[in-house]
This record gives sequence, C-alpha cells and structure tokens, in this order.
Amino acid sequence: MMMRIQTRSRVLLAGTLLSALLAAAPVALADTPPDTLVQAWAIDDMISLDPAEAFELSTGEITGNTYDMLVRLDANDTTKVIGGIADSWTVSDDGLTYTFKLKPDIKFASGNPITAEDVAWSFERAVKLNKSPAFIIQQFGLTSDNVAEKAKAADAGTFVFMVDKAYAPTFVLNCLTATVGAVVDSKLVKEHVAAVTPSDEYKFDNDFGNGWLKTNYAGSGPFKTREWKANEAVVIERNDNYYGEKAKLARVVYRHVKESATQRLMLEKGDVDVARNLQPGDFDAVSKNADLAVTAAPKSTVYYFSLNQKNEKLAKPEVREAFKYLVDYDALQDTLLKGIGEIHQNFLPKGILGARDDNPYKLDVAKAKELLAKAGLPDGFSVTMDVRSQQPVAGVAESIQATAAQAGIKIEIIPGDFKTILTKYRARQHDMAILQWGVDYWDPNSNAETFATNPNNADDSMNKTLAWRNAWDVPADLQQETKDALTERDADKRSSMYADIQQKVRDTGPFIFLWQETEIAGLRKNVQGFKLGPTFDTNFVAPVSK
Amino acid sequence: MANTADRVSTRGRRRSGASSLAWSILSFLVVAAITFLGLITVTFFIGRVIPIDPVLAIVGDRAPASVVAAARKQYGFDLPLWDQYLLYLTKALKGDFGNSVLSTYPVMDDIRRVLPATLELATVGTIIGLLLGIPLGVLAAVKRDSLIDQIVRVIGLVGYSVPIFWLGLMGLLVFYARLGWVEGPGRIGVAYEYSFTPITGLFLVDAILQGDWDVFRDVFRHIILPGALLGYFSMAYISRMTRSFMLNELSQEYIVAARAKGLSETRVIWGHALRNAAVPLVTVIALSYATLLEGSVLTETVFAWPGIGSYLYNSLQNADMNAVLGGTIVIGALFIALNLLSDLLYRVLDPRTRT
Repeated sequence: MMMRIQTRSRVLLAGTLLSALLAAAPVALADTPPDTLVQAWAIDDMISLDPAEAFELSTGEITGNTYDMLVRLDANDTTKVIGGIADSWTVSDDGLTYTFKLKPDIKFASGNPITAEDVAWSFERAVKLNKSPAFIIQQFGLTSDNVAEKAKAADAGTFVFMVDKAYAPTFVLNCLTATVGAVVDSKLVKEHVAAVTPSDEYKFDNDFGNGWLKTNYAGSGPFKTREWKANEAVVIERNDNYYGEKAKLARVVYRHVKESATQRLMLEKGDVDVARNLQPGDFDAVSKNADLAVTAAPKSTVYYFSLNQKNEKLAKPEVREAFKYLVDYDALQDTLLKGIGEIHQNFLPKGILGARDDNPYKLDVAKAKELLAKAGLPDGFSVTMDVRSQQPVAGVAESIQATAAQAGIKIEIIPGDFKTILTKYRARQHDMAILQWGVDYWDPNSNAETFATNPNNADDSMNKTLAWRNAWDVPADLQQETKDALTERDADKRSSMYADIQQKVRDTGPFIFLWQETEIAGLRKNVQGFKLGPTFDTNFVAPVSK
Repeated sequence: MANTADRVSTRGRRRSGASSLAWSILSFLVVAAITFLGLITVTFFIGRVIPIDPVLAIVGDRAPASVVAAARKQYGFDLPLWDQYLLYLTKALKGDFGNSVLSTYPVMDDIRRVLPATLELATVGTIIGLLLGIPLGVLAAVKRDSLIDQIVRVIGLVGYSVPIFWLGLMGLLVFYARLGWVEGPGRIGVAYEYSFTPITGLFLVDAILQGDWDVFRDVFRHIILPGALLGYFSMAYISRMTRSFMLNELSQEYIVAARAKGLSETRVIWGHALRNAAVPLVTVIALSYATLLEGSVLTETVFAWPGIGSYLYNSLQNADMNAVLGGTIVIGALFIALNLLSDLLYRVLDPRTRT
C-alpha cells in the first residue's frame, strides 16, 4: 500500500514538472521579434559564403543583400544596369577598355574605405581561385597570368577593366552584375589569408582568404552576415556603414526548413514571417488565409524537354516539330503549373534583354500526326523519357505521355533523381529528358550559348552545351549569329538578334520549351515591402519592414 | 542473497573470470574490426557504382570543362576504382576520412557538428520509449488478453504501420498549431538562437550547465514533440518485446515457487520476473536506440532538425561519398559500441554469463 502511494506521488511529481515545462513560454516567443524578419527557406544548397566561390541560389540571395558589385541590375527594368559601387563608367572607342569611377567616400561594413584596389583584388582572387562562377569573368580573356594587368586600379577611385574583344557593352556590364564580381574588403580578408602548398592544379602559395571567407563576411551591402550555420540558419544584420538607403529592419534570419507543410504551419502560427518553399496546395491555403498574403515573381529558370539527336527517329525535323504540337500547354497552365509557372516557349526568360514572350504552339494532335506521316512514321514509335520524380515535373511528363500517345508515340517514363538524370544527360545516353535551365548570369548570351551553339559535336567535346548534350549539330549560320550578337554594340540591334535566335531554336531545334518558373512566397500580413526579384541576388530584403 | 556467502569461494574463480572477460572483449574487437572493414568496403563500392558523377556535386553543372577536369584529378576520381579504394583505406586508417565535397570541411568536423542533435533526440526518444514501454509491456503480459493487452497490441500495430512522416505532421498540427503546447520545428527559438552558445551540442545539457532555465524550457518545448514521436516507435517495439519476454518468464517454475513462498504479486512480477526479462531486454533497448540514431531522416526533415540523418541523406543525393562513408563509419561505430555495452550489461545482469 505504502509503495503504491509512493509510486503515485512520484508519477504526480513528474507530471507536475512536465506541465511546468510545457506551460506558457515567455511572451516574446508568441511572434517573431519586431525588428527581425524570419524566413523559412530550404538553404541546404549553401556551401560557401565566399562570393568568388558561391554559385548556389540561396547564397546568391545572401550575397546580393550583403555585398555590392561595381554595377547592379535596375530593379525597375532588369534589362538595364545601374551603378553599384561605380558612380559612372566609360567604354573606350575600340571597345576593349572599361573605366569605372567609384562613388566617393564609401566604406565597407568594417569601416575600411572602398577603393579601386579592393575591386582589383576581388577580381584577381576570383580569377585565380578558379571556382565554379569564375568563368563569368574569365570569359573576357582574363587568366591568372594577366588578371593583374587586365583588372587594375588606375588610382584609388578609378578601376580599369580590359577585355580581349570588342564585346557588346551590355554583355560586359550584365556579367559584372553577377555575384562573383562582388567587391570584398581586401584589407580585412588579407588578415585571414592562409598559406597553401602550390600544386599542379593550384599554382599559388596562399588561399586569398577563401578558407576564412567561406564562413565569414567582408562586404559593403545594406546587410552584413553575422552567422551561417550549415543546414540550420543564416543571420544577416543591418550594416550601418552602408552608403545607400539603410535597411529598415535590424536583422533577417533565414531558417532552414525543408518541408512545405512545416513551413506553412510555422507561417500560420507566426513563428516565421515568410515561407519560401510552399508547394501549390500549401500556397493555395496560405493565399486564402486572412492573416497571410502571397507574392510571386517570374524567375530565370526555364523548363523544357529535349530530343537526343543520336536517336535517328528523334533526329527527323518533322518529329522534332511534331513534339511541339503534342503538349497540352493550356491544361498544364491551368492545373499543374497554376501559380508556380507560366507557359513559355522561348529559351530566354522574361525580364532579360531580348526575351520573346510569344507562345505559338498549341496542342494539335492532327497536325502532329500529319508531320509524323511525313517523317515516315505514321504509326508512331516507342521512346524513353528521363523524368525527375518530383512535382510538377513528374505530372507534366505524364501529361505529355498521354498527349503523345494520341499520335501513336509511346513514351516510357524513366523516373530518377536529378543528379542521376544529369549524369546520363551529360553523357548523351538519354532519348528524351525533361529538365530545367537557369541563367548563369543575367545576359542573353548565357542561354544563347548553351542552346544555340555546339562548336564540336564529337563525343569527346570539351564544350558540353545543351545543344551538344542532345547531339544537335547547330546550323553554322545560327552559331555565327549567336557569336555576332556577343559583339553587337548597339543594344537594340543586339536585342533583336536574340529575338531571331530564339525563334530559330524554338522552331527548328530539338528543344520543346514548356514553362518559366515562378518563385512564390507566403507572408504574414504585417510584412511590408517584400518583393521577389527576377534572380535570387535581386531578392532584396533592405526595403522590408513590419 | 547468497552473494555474501559465496564471496570466499568465488575468489579463486575471479582471475579466470577476468581473463575470460578480457578474452571475450578481445574477440569482440576483432569481430568489430572485420565488420568495420566490410562496412567500409561495401559502402565504398556501392557509392562508386551509383550512376552519379561525383564531380558534378563538387563543381556543379555549369562549370567549364577545365574546372571539371581539374576537380576530377584533384579528388582522384580519374584513378582506377581499386586505387581509389586503397587510397581511401590508407587515409582512413590514419584517421583522415577526407573532406566533404559539399561543405568542403573535413567529414568528421561536419559529423561532430550534426551528431549531437541526433544523439539528443534519440536519447529523449529512447527514455520516453523505456519509461512507457516497459510498464506497458509488463502489464500486458500480466493481464494477458485483457483490455490493456489489446491496447498494447494496437499501439504496436500503429507504430509499425503508420508512416512517421504523417504522424509527425499530425503532431505538429495538433500540439503546435492548434493547441500551442509545444514549439514548432527547429531545436531552439529564434529569440535564443543567437544568445545561446552551445558547449557539448546537446542543448538540454548545455542549458543546465549554463543554468539558463529559459533556454532549457524553450529547448525542451522544441524537443518534446519529435522526441515523443520517436519515443512512440521505440515504445511500440520495447513494449511488444517486454510482453513476450515477460510471458516467457511468468511461465517458469521459479515464479510458481515464488508465489508459493507467499511473496506479494508486485514482488513476483517486478522483482523476479522483470529482473530476468531485463537481460534480453537490454539488447532490445540498445538496438532500438541505435535504430533511432540512424533512422530518423524523415523526422529530421519534418521537424527541420539539423541532425546526421538529414546530413547523410543530402550527401547521398549529391554523391558526396566521403561524407556518406564517414557517416556510415560513425554510425557503425555507435552500433558496435552499443552492442558491446549491451554485452557487458548482460554480464552484470546475468550471473550465468560470468563464468
């Protein structure tokens, strides 16, 4: 009896303790702090904060908000650039020398002055480190041997950039808005340079501060990075030394949350102010909630499916054309892509110089059958399609499978994960594959080069453009036109050249362009001024208040 | 007990007992080493035959051919598979498990960062599973075919058949979104995240060490739901096993003898039967703990828990084989250590194994 009472009172005690722990938490936790914006976002792609190394989407947003470039995209018209650190610039008559005058008396977050030396050193380290985004600068003829000459400070306030050909100035300037061109605080970073042993792959005796800058910060943007905990969170704080308009909020916290349903719960509960990875169902529910709001913007990623020209049936021009009539674009727009994508039949995403927005193709089974008959395949054929087992792609592939079947084409869907499909695609072992392509830098050449050029169609080519991956021997005149557009110095003329290239690729190429991705976000009602840009580095959070 | 009387006579046996213990530990270590080698070998070759180009994970799809080639050489992916394997093995023996190609940090540093989160969650889960599972299992065995027995069966059935993913979301929906009893996903609230500096990485322990009770409460409110979820699955397993071990013990003759001696039923069940059932239960608990350590990927995803499960999953998807191998080795080591521990406990609990 005694023992029983003891047991009971012990249970009671434990119960009391438990409920005390679970009872009302401190009041501050009911909402996010008033001076802090908390965003739930999948940030597990982040591998480094160093702008010379980072080429991931989520890092793009952090760099865009915490660093500054020489020039930046005009948020109101993203086909144009405006000054960042540079106040003004001139291009020499021969088109080879760009001279940038820096804004006077501007400072890094550390308080160090921003000089042309900092710009030159930022370019030098990006070129020499030779990480994934380095080619955006290297493509102007910069190498580790000549970078000190080609990108240098004429004086403290003047930076000179020399290119190897008379490129279109729009091309050069657009590339300089990329985050790889972010200006780092050379005085600060040089305090943290680590020695390395030179090797065949890396000829230098130091790491240009890459090891330190991976997780630290040395920039001049409206925010400064306080902390990055991999797969957990990134915290950025207002930079009071910023020369432009100061950020409205003191802090922005990006919390790594992968699940859409989890993000939605946290948003509804008020534990986060913004949810960034909502799937259509959750997005729908958020848009109907009176306490919440939604926002959306077209992003630079274009989805397409392609036909490997090594397959002789797919190589017939009529078959290529027939597939363009075998997609029920309208149905896709109304169902699977509702809210998250817009039908787009050209390789340049909307918002970039020269982008077309006409969508001439519609589902037309009769027309496709006619084309197949012309190709000598009146009864259709069987073919495989590699598809990522993820929505909306998987659903879109099933829809294409159904419409193609109406014309007698039997598509066998091979589900896989992205990296596996990509490996196969890069080895040209697919029949058809449904994939996406995001621009590498905000210039039409980024996509034109990959969709409309294929300098060497041999299996051992070093240049694995998307045209090469589908073994498309691009007509010589189209390749030449793409090359010429790169050096067309008249912006309007250049723009119309790309319009023409897009049309040719769309009508004759082995690519069936499907849609342009829309980025969406769910917000608490009290969040003001949150606007998504066309790229991740233009998702600016400085104007946000609540 | 007879222990005191036996003390003199056991003295002579102790030496041989100790050396047999040393012998069995030694043989265990040999087995562990072979297991390890097998584990590394199998994981290595599986990792290399999956149809993903590992260089893709390092430099991305957009890198120019020269960068791809340089990376392939730098990471040794251009060598024959066998050489790559030997290279890995020699380095691993020296304690160098390479760098994660995704994070670029040494794999073991990465794991040191993510492991405590999983360890803490699995420990909370196992404690909950133990505290509820054993009493439930005992009651179910004692009151066989009664209502409580049926309840235990249903709990077990649900534990085996309901996806943890769904249960996790439902738990969040009810206890976090509707009732507000617990905190949502993540380990700690935003208000504390940047004022709190972890020491061990086990936040509950750290909060106690620092005497910060607000943080302790916040962390507790974060961990209790995913912990209870894992605890539920652990409980389902432990209660089912306890029940069957107890049924086995209760049918033994010594129970009849104990009852005949006039011992109270409580004493018979909790003192005698459970004590004996506890011996095999130790293994069950150790296994269940190990399962929670490696099998919580989905829980970690739903609750945005930055642990080793999601780390390994992400690494595997990106063919980051150094990270996958390192993680496999650490989890394998934990498995083996837990097995060793349960073997040692076996000896403590079961006098028959001492000689």
